[in-house]
Amino acid sequence: MRARIGRGRRLLPLLALPLLTLLGGCNMVVLHPAGYVAEQQRNLVLAATGLMLLIIVPVIAFTLIFAWRYRATNEDAVYDPEWHHSTQLEVLIWTAPLMIIIALGALTWIGTHTLDPFRPLSKLDAKRDVPAGTQPLEIEAVAMDWKWLFLYPQYGIATVNEVAAPVDRPIRFKITATDVMNTFYVPTLAGMVYAMPGMQTQLHAVINREGAWEGRSAHYSGAGFSNMFFKFHGKTNDGFDQWVAQTKAKGGELTQEAYLKLEEPSEAEPARYYKSYMKGLYDRIIGMCPRPDQMCVGEMTKIDARGGASGEEAEANYKRLQYDNRLAERGVEAPGATAPASETGPHGQTQPQGMKPRPDMGNPDVRGQKGPDSQGKGSGEGQSEGGQIAPKQLNQ
Amino acid sequence: MFANLDLQQLLFGRFTIEQIPYHEPILQATFAGVAVVGLAVLGVITYYRFWGPMWRDWITSIDHKKIGIMYCIFAAVMLLRGFADAMLMRSQQAVAFGDEQGFLPPHHYDQIFTAHGMIMIFFVAMPFVTGMMNFAVPLQIGARDVAFPFLNNFSFWMTVAGGMVVMVSLFVGEFSRATWLAYPPLSGAAMSPGVGVDYYIWALQIAGIGTLLSGINLIATIVKMRAPGMTMMKLPIFVWSSLCTNILIVAAFPILTAVLAMLSLDRYVGTHFFTNDLGGNAMLYFNLIWIWGHPEVYILILPAFGIFSEITSTFCGKRLFGYTSMVYALVVITILAYLVWLHHFFTMGSGADVNSFFGITTMIISIPTGAKIFNWMFTMYRGRIRFEVPMLWVVAFIVTFVIGGMTGVLLAVPPADFVLHNSLFLIAHFHNVIIGGVLFGMFAGVTFWFPKAFGFKLDEFWGKVALVFWVTGFYVAFMPLYVLGLMGVTRRMQHFDDPSLQIWFVIAAIGAVLIACGIASQVVMFVVSIRNRDKLRDLTGDPWGGRTLEWSTSSPPPDYNFAFTPVVHDSDAWWDMKNRGFARPMTGYKPIHMPKNTAAGAILAGLNFVFGIAMIWYVWWLAALSFVAIFVVAIAHSFNYNRDYYIPADTVSRTEGQRTRELEMA
Repeated sequence: MRARIGRGRRLLPLLALPLLTLLGGCNMVVLHPAGYVAEQQRNLVLAATGLMLLIIVPVIAFTLIFAWRYRATNEDAVYDPEWHHSTQLEVLIWTAPLMIIIALGALTWIGTHTLDPFRPLSKLDAKRDVPAGTQPLEIEAVAMDWKWLFLYPQYGIATVNEVAAPVDRPIRFKITATDVMNTFYVPTLAGMVYAMPGMQTQLHAVINREGAWEGRSAHYSGAGFSNMFFKFHGKTNDGFDQWVAQTKAKGGELTQEAYLKLEEPSEAEPARYYKSYMKGLYDRIIGMCPRPDQMCVGEMTKIDARGGASGEEAEANYKRLQYDNRLAERGVEAPGATAPASETGPHGQTQPQGMKPRPDMGNPDVRGQKGPDSQGKGSGEGQSEGGQIAPKQLNQ
Repeated sequence: MFANLDLQQLLFGRFTIEQIPYHEPILQATFAGVAVVGLAVLGVITYYRFWGPMWRDWITSIDHKKIGIMYCIFAAVMLLRGFADAMLMRSQQAVAFGDEQGFLPPHHYDQIFTAHGMIMIFFVAMPFVTGMMNFAVPLQIGARDVAFPFLNNFSFWMTVAGGMVVMVSLFVGEFSRATWLAYPPLSGAAMSPGVGVDYYIWALQIAGIGTLLSGINLIATIVKMRAPGMTMMKLPIFVWSSLCTNILIVAAFPILTAVLAMLSLDRYVGTHFFTNDLGGNAMLYFNLIWIWGHPEVYILILPAFGIFSEITSTFCGKRLFGYTSMVYALVVITILAYLVWLHHFFTMGSGADVNSFFGITTMIISIPTGAKIFNWMFTMYRGRIRFEVPMLWVVAFIVTFVIGGMTGVLLAVPPADFVLHNSLFLIAHFHNVIIGGVLFGMFAGVTFWFPKAFGFKLDEFWGKVALVFWVTGFYVAFMPLYVLGLMGVTRRMQHFDDPSLQIWFVIAAIGAVLIACGIASQVVMFVVSIRNRDKLRDLTGDPWGGRTLEWSTSSPPPDYNFAFTPVVHDSDAWWDMKNRGFARPMTGYKPIHMPKNTAAGAILAGLNFVFGIAMIWYVWWLAALSFVAIFVVAIAHSFNYNRDYYIPADTVSRTEGQRTRELEMA
């Protein structure tokens, strides 16, 4: 492991070596990524750290040296109570950090542009360019309450909480979310990008090694957040084709109905596979109109562009554009929105919808039950099928 | 429960007796603890017949020194609450692995991390900083009080009212689970329907008014009330840092108020500023909250820089190196503080140009900050450093803060931020600068100015013990988080699957225990110091060999601070006066014009507290009533013309005579 870092580019990262050797024992995926994008980000982290250590180390050293040398008990040291200015030193103390920042700023400008997540890749790794005419693998990632849905438009398949990509093939993620913000983050592959409802972000990346890694949401999104992770597989071309074939063979269909069921909050979902998914699903998710009776945002934009609607028509459109309250309408959650008129419970959802009962405090019913992991994955499905709201445990 | 539900709703809004979470053992224990301690405090106050003096001399006091002290006491109390939250989180994360779910289910854990962040910033760091400025600024500029003494009292009680709103959420209803900045859409009415986010909003709105007003107050004080001869470039550096901080406050806090007002409109009346549907956009909230949020970071750290500067030059017995460049560094930081907010969400998908702009402006801030660190270093150079407790905090600060600064600049590189954002690396970074910078600064300041405020020094031994525990505790608690961040572990997790991570969380929890020992040592330090106050007594008013005007008066200073307004010839005014053989004038005292105490501030803040609670629970009649009452009291107070008095020359003469005798004894 040390050798790997030692071989790292140029001299600067070497300065960070002592720190790294100290921590060599553990699995620092950010420092040993398997994807080229994350690798460049790692290099940038090391280079920036090295650059800064150039100034940080002397500062700490001199602070301690001066503190010791000029201690009051040391009568030998020079004492000059009126000495408070030196033009040379002033120039030095402003220019030294300035130089570092100029260097770092240049690195930043270049790095930020080359590693812009929206920018298609030009290289597969440090040595190989992306061959001309390569089609990137398209994956549409949707952050839901509290699981990830992945659509493969080129293959027509969909998965939940598992995503695979062939080694050395550029991947283009399109990322969105259903109702709250999340972050799409596979540390080994590339940095994170926010997943936001009604909006799309992108991430271009490539995986350079076979293996399975963890990906997750890194942006807190509610009660089930801690279990919102997925597996990311890097596979050979054959392995990937096999995986697609398997998904097609064993998966069900992600119809609109199945999607709406899936969209309901649930935590610690097992991986799931769909051989096909409803046409235009991703657009409907971004358009915030997954239900047949909802109006997509794009449609409203078109109406607005034509001068807008009025009267009853506008009222009807308004109703069809209600999105945030869909859970309330479905009757699985107390209505929330314009609160004064609602009968919203002030204690929120003490047992949030879709969460498995915990050995909760003050609730003898679930005391002694094991946590979600020991219940076996997959219970999420059954629970959402029942559609029941877990009891308000605190308020019984 | 009641036959007529409507009547109940009319009277109590959405409050029902079930909203008191008396089922939860942790809360039962907490409540019992709070009740016991509270009763004990009340008992002690009653036993020593302290109610009268407390009301007359403290609660209604418009004396900036007392208000400053009360701010610090409030901050210390809230620090205990915020730290209790931290201990709960650290122990939850140390045990919740694999099958073990720990003792905090998500709905409780999520409230705790939200409360921890919010309390530590708004009700610990802010009141500490404001308290320091309140206490020291008028003394350092040779003024008798702040520009608007009543406003000062009102600001303080508004801050307390905000803190009280948060504390009520512990026992009635619940607190927000939407993180300390309440990002929508999660914090919107659809996703967070309970009272939690409303508690958050109203606590901040009420406290925010206090902060804003105290900012205006201190700017006016610094600009208008400096002693004759104290030009801007002769201001003590702490006053400069306070000026910059208050300018930041006045320019930034209205943004917070506005963005929270929009969020509450979304929640209360169904507007769509930040919702998903009907054109709302949460990205707007991110921008607005961080346009306040980043200056906030400098609001906290600049006064700490000021304190470190004062302490360094005092204990090195030497002029501050590069005063002018220090001032320019402060001003540059103040301006740049507004040009960096986007670095809190590089990962939101702004273009590369935008991201690099904000990344590079962020790095540029490290240049003036670096210059300041060099300045402290060269102030030590050729000094004669007395390593008393405040100076030890300075050394601990410099070493710790540069590490935090380094990781901060690292996070300012957008592609690096992509892998480190929202990870525990980020958590480690901002605790590194806020504990290592702000909190160490406040502890240094408390030790430094305590003898000025109370007339005796703090016990040195326990001060050092506290320092050792705090510093080692900090490193043990947060260095593992840097490591975990590099392992790709993200923040706000209530439970982990990977057992190999556990060891790091256990180490971090041990660090938290060490910090707890530090806090305990500080409590012991205060107790021991108060018990030995006669031994630790300082009669000179200048126990450290000070350099600025606050050390020229007695400890504690008289109500009027200075019998004669000092005339200033040098940036280290008191040092200069001592060197030139300054002789205290002993005669010719005149009556001194002083502001009178008033209860209006406490009453107004109390009404604001009631208003906030009524809004949270939808008790509309009470909200309307208290809202009207706020205006009635405010208007009535404006007709109170009996708001000043003169301290007779006799009294001044007696007080100063006492001081003369003390100086002779010393």
